[in-house]
Amino acid sequence: MNQDPELLRRLLRAKDRMDAASHEDWPVRRLARVSAVSEAHFARSFKQAFGTPPHRYLLTRRIERATGLLRDTDLSITEIAFQTGWGSLGTFGRTFRDITGKSPGAIRSGSRAAAQGLGHMPACIVSAAHRPDLKTAVSEKRRRVAGATNSAATKEVP
Amino acid sequence: MSQGVEVVGLYVRDQDEALAFYVDKLGFRVHTDVRNGDYRWLTVQHPDQPSFQLGLFTPGPPVLDAETAQTLRAMVAKGAMPPLVLNVDDCRAAHDRLRACGVEFTQEPVDRYGHVDAGFRDPSGNGWKMIQSRRASH
Repeated sequence: MNQDPELLRRLLRAKDRMDAASHEDWPVRRLARVSAVSEAHFARSFKQAFGTPPHRYLLTRRIERATGLLRDTDLSITEIAFQTGWGSLGTFGRTFRDITGKSPGAIRSGSRAAAQGLGHMPACIVSAAHRPDLKTAVSEKRRRVAGATNSAATKEVP
Repeated sequence: MSQGVEVVGLYVRDQDEALAFYVDKLGFRVHTDVRNGDYRWLTVQHPDQPSFQLGLFTPGPPVLDAETAQTLRAMVAKGAMPPLVLNVDDCRAAHDRLRACGVEFTQEPVDRYGHVDAGFRDPSGNGWKMIQSRRASH
């Protein structure tokens, strides 16, 4: 099951491109082109390499960015939804709650209080540390939420 | 300084390629480049930082068995190695210069809380943050 490091390096390039522009659309065709592999090969190889299908990876990055904007700016939630790549506010709110277990508004008020004390880490690394831990499919999570608190929320600083 | 960290090593997929990247593009200098059979001890140095060497090593025999080496090559290629941070006086100027040399940027320069940072990778996949902090400019 060992993947060729040369292929992995090219898959990393596609992951980097999603990181850099997570608000853009990243159909498999586009990602496969970045990695210079076929579409079928790309989706399979990416999941094998990074443990997450490419689309799901993209969602975690969008939520991460949205969380950062909720924390660090006064932009409206609608504005943040559109800036981070969602076509509708409804989809944004639903996906956000599915992934983090909280509403965008709750994250905004909660993280304001917790944002102190991170000044010694580069901001980009802080942002990675806040990355949502999306190990299960959003739909799967939706089924599982029956009032139970979601354990896969963002790692908040105490 | 007689005590402190002298060498920190990176794993790279190819030492010649890494040497060309760190010296010709980033502007480091070769500190030590010695061979013993197939083993090559290669370190480079930032011109402003004579007490520190960055080692550019390939995972493999005789230090590591083939399977471990393969795992490490995969980790490097997946960008899974720890973050590296390069301080610069002018992040945007450095970005423009490095980009023109063909360096693969993962993040364009961004202003955050009084500093400017950008991200790039070496050919192997090691990720660097390039930071211009307000503190550095005194």
